[in-house]
Amino acid sequence: MIRLEKRPQPSRFWSAATPVVAVLATMVAGGILFASLGKDPVAAILTIFWEPLFGEFSFFYRPQLLIKGAPLILIAIGLSLGFRAGIWNIGAEGQYIMGAVVGAGVGLAFYPLEAWYIFPLMILAGALGGWAWAMIPALLKVRFGTNEILVSLMLVYVAEQILASAALGLLRNPEGFGFPGSRNLQQYASAHNAEIIAGSGLHWGVLTAFIAVIFAYVLLNRHMLGYHIRLTGEAPRAARFAGVNPARLILFCLGMSGALAGLAGLFEVAGPAGQVTIDFNVGYGFTAIIVAFLGRLHPLGILLAGFLMALTYIGGEIAQSQLGLPAAAIQVFQGMLLFFLLALDLLTNYRIRRTGREAA
Amino acid sequence: MTETLLSIQGLTKAYPGVVANDDVSFDIGVGEVHALLGENGAGKSTLVKMIYGLVKPDSGTMSLRGAGFAPPEPRSARADGIAMVFQHFSLFDALNVAENIALGMENPPPMRDLARRIREVSETYGLPLDPFRVVGDLSAGERQRVEIIRCLLQDPKLLIMDEPTSVLTPQEVDILFQTLRKLSSEGTAILYISHKLEEIRSLCDTATILRLGRVVGTCVPRETTARDMAEMMVGTALKTPEPRNHALGEVALDITGLSVNSPSAFGTSLKNIHLTLQEGEVLGIGGVAGNGQDELLAALSGELRTASDAIKLHGQPVGHLGPNPRRKLGLLAAPEERLGHAAAPDMSLTENALLTGSVRKRLERSGFLKWADTRAFAEKIIAAFDVRTPGPANAARSLSGGNLQKFVIGREVLQDPSVLVVNQPTWGVDASAAAAIRQAILDLAAQGAAVLVISQDLDELMEISGRFAALNEGRLSDIRPTADLSVDQIGLMMGGAHGMEVAHV
Repeated sequence: MIRLEKRPQPSRFWSAATPVVAVLATMVAGGILFASLGKDPVAAILTIFWEPLFGEFSFFYRPQLLIKGAPLILIAIGLSLGFRAGIWNIGAEGQYIMGAVVGAGVGLAFYPLEAWYIFPLMILAGALGGWAWAMIPALLKVRFGTNEILVSLMLVYVAEQILASAALGLLRNPEGFGFPGSRNLQQYASAHNAEIIAGSGLHWGVLTAFIAVIFAYVLLNRHMLGYHIRLTGEAPRAARFAGVNPARLILFCLGMSGALAGLAGLFEVAGPAGQVTIDFNVGYGFTAIIVAFLGRLHPLGILLAGFLMALTYIGGEIAQSQLGLPAAAIQVFQGMLLFFLLALDLLTNYRIRRTGREAA
Repeated sequence: MTETLLSIQGLTKAYPGVVANDDVSFDIGVGEVHALLGENGAGKSTLVKMIYGLVKPDSGTMSLRGAGFAPPEPRSARADGIAMVFQHFSLFDALNVAENIALGMENPPPMRDLARRIREVSETYGLPLDPFRVVGDLSAGERQRVEIIRCLLQDPKLLIMDEPTSVLTPQEVDILFQTLRKLSSEGTAILYISHKLEEIRSLCDTATILRLGRVVGTCVPRETTARDMAEMMVGTALKTPEPRNHALGEVALDITGLSVNSPSAFGTSLKNIHLTLQEGEVLGIGGVAGNGQDELLAALSGELRTASDAIKLHGQPVGHLGPNPRRKLGLLAAPEERLGHAAAPDMSLTENALLTGSVRKRLERSGFLKWADTRAFAEKIIAAFDVRTPGPANAARSLSGGNLQKFVIGREVLQDPSVLVVNQPTWGVDASAAAAIRQAILDLAAQGAAVLVISQDLDELMEISGRFAALNEGRLSDIRPTADLSVDQIGLMMGGAHGMEVAHV
């Protein structure tokens, strides 16, 4: 019989090793899956993990890695603060949409004026839009004790309707021949989230994501507020004893994750996407939840997890087009990654022991 | 009483790193009340778990009425007539007595029949109990009756009781003992686990004393002094804390008309509490668990806010302040629950030192943490209070109860409080750590701090406190000097038998 035994304290080795082992286990299990679909497993795994980074067309895929990874990281960093404290913002997708709509709206309001202050104002408005959308579940939770999981999630669907309405009405391009969607911000220099180094994929959102990682790291490890966040997550009663004000913490964590998600939305709409469209959002806000956990809620882990997730997306697309793998197989593959990570996570706090017959 | 019921021969059980029981042997006769005596960690719990089938011994044998006995699980131990009342009750607050009892039965009879049987058993053994009352409304003594009746319904041959009196008033203890004596006279053997020596002297026929997993002696408690038993139990002569005689100073803490609603549904609200605490004084607050102790601590630590002038610290109203502003003014607290309330289990000792120490020890500068200073503070606590741990980087949960408690108390004492409030400072702590903690409390008072000790251990309160009061259903009794209090008076202050009918055996 195999029995799990709680370690006296978390294992440092497994804490660091589980992501690596999880990726390797995913490669093995994914290889078996691909083989059973009649594809060459080695080629498929290579296509997913090698092709985007070092393959023939890597000059195109590498910038994509930054463009797809940055919003995931930015949102996941915000979410991780709340998750650490046991505050579950599931509605980052909605905050991402609202950041994009509000930020793009501010930019479009200035059209066609060209001025240096337009883009900074849009950044502020994007953050504010996401923040305000997250304040709804936050205030409801603080005032009435509602469940932030449900409220934030349901507000995603409200945000999607607002997005559709904006794309069809308020923000629709007047010169767009009646097609839905706003003006393309890429063609409006003052509002364009342009690449800082052309062709590198490094736009302002990528830079902001890196800053957010550093900010979160310092907050969690060097600041009282970060300590209170961790304490609330680990022992809520001890946190109140330590003088933590739970309401303020809820407002901060939800507000911060909303603002970062809003920023991600703004950088996306003003850069890679370019315009507010009905189907502008592609699920970054939900995938970021996986990224946050894949990075074990640690800022540096999230940085790596965000890029790893972006890699499997890009690699998955290549595998679909080059090897003809079904999209569902790629999704299973991505799911396996999270599954193995969470399963192996157990080893941080438990060790496996073989026992004799005695198993009470 | 000469026939042997259960015979234990050479039981040994080892866990990684520790031998819990080493070659333990003794016999229990039919109808015998047998005491199992030892400190925390002496191996009492492991031993009874083996008898009850929860743990399997590595070696050794047991025999029940001469036949081999090796229960693979509690169910088969129960089938052989062994019942156990655990120290911590496993009852559901929201269900009634009969429902709770039915939940523990293999084939519960219809509720009406069960209620009738509960009434029968409870009347036979002088344990009056209404089967249809909701458990959440019962006192601790009545809850224990539910557990005992649950056992008696199985008609046991051996009843194991783990520290049954820790939640009872002296009067309730008397009622319990009458029941146990009646059971014993009818031929039910009782294995009675305790570290309260006077109880064992008055109740038990024989005692087996365990230390570090070994049997270190057996005795007839009625013919042995409590001190001799204690020294067998601990292995060395005990050092009793020395109270110091010193003059009391000004009023440090003044509580007037403190009323607070409990935040939890089955908690106890505090009702109109008055007390004053002088510098240099140790005031003991006794009472059965669940009579408002947690709420009193929370109201004083600042976790529960009150009217601002209900609590005054050196004349300054502090009732409206949160924990940290109170700490700044010198009012510190150490809650009962070590893991999860006084300390965060998975955080290191350094991080736990920060938990309450940040204000008075200046461990932050404009929000940024001074980890080096915090680690130094944690190391100071570890050194000053002899906390056994490899270092401050270890997680709080890796420490034994006694060591973590020394850390928690040390963390507050070393912050130089002007008023310290502690709840159950030595609960579940070994005797030497308990003595060290009591000494630290007395030393703190001698330096001029005022200390409020909330505890359910009456011996402890009599030993260290100058005055005594009891909490009973959220109300505080009159405060009296401990020197001229008798056990009976204390029992009455604690609410007597808590409205429980006295047994008519």
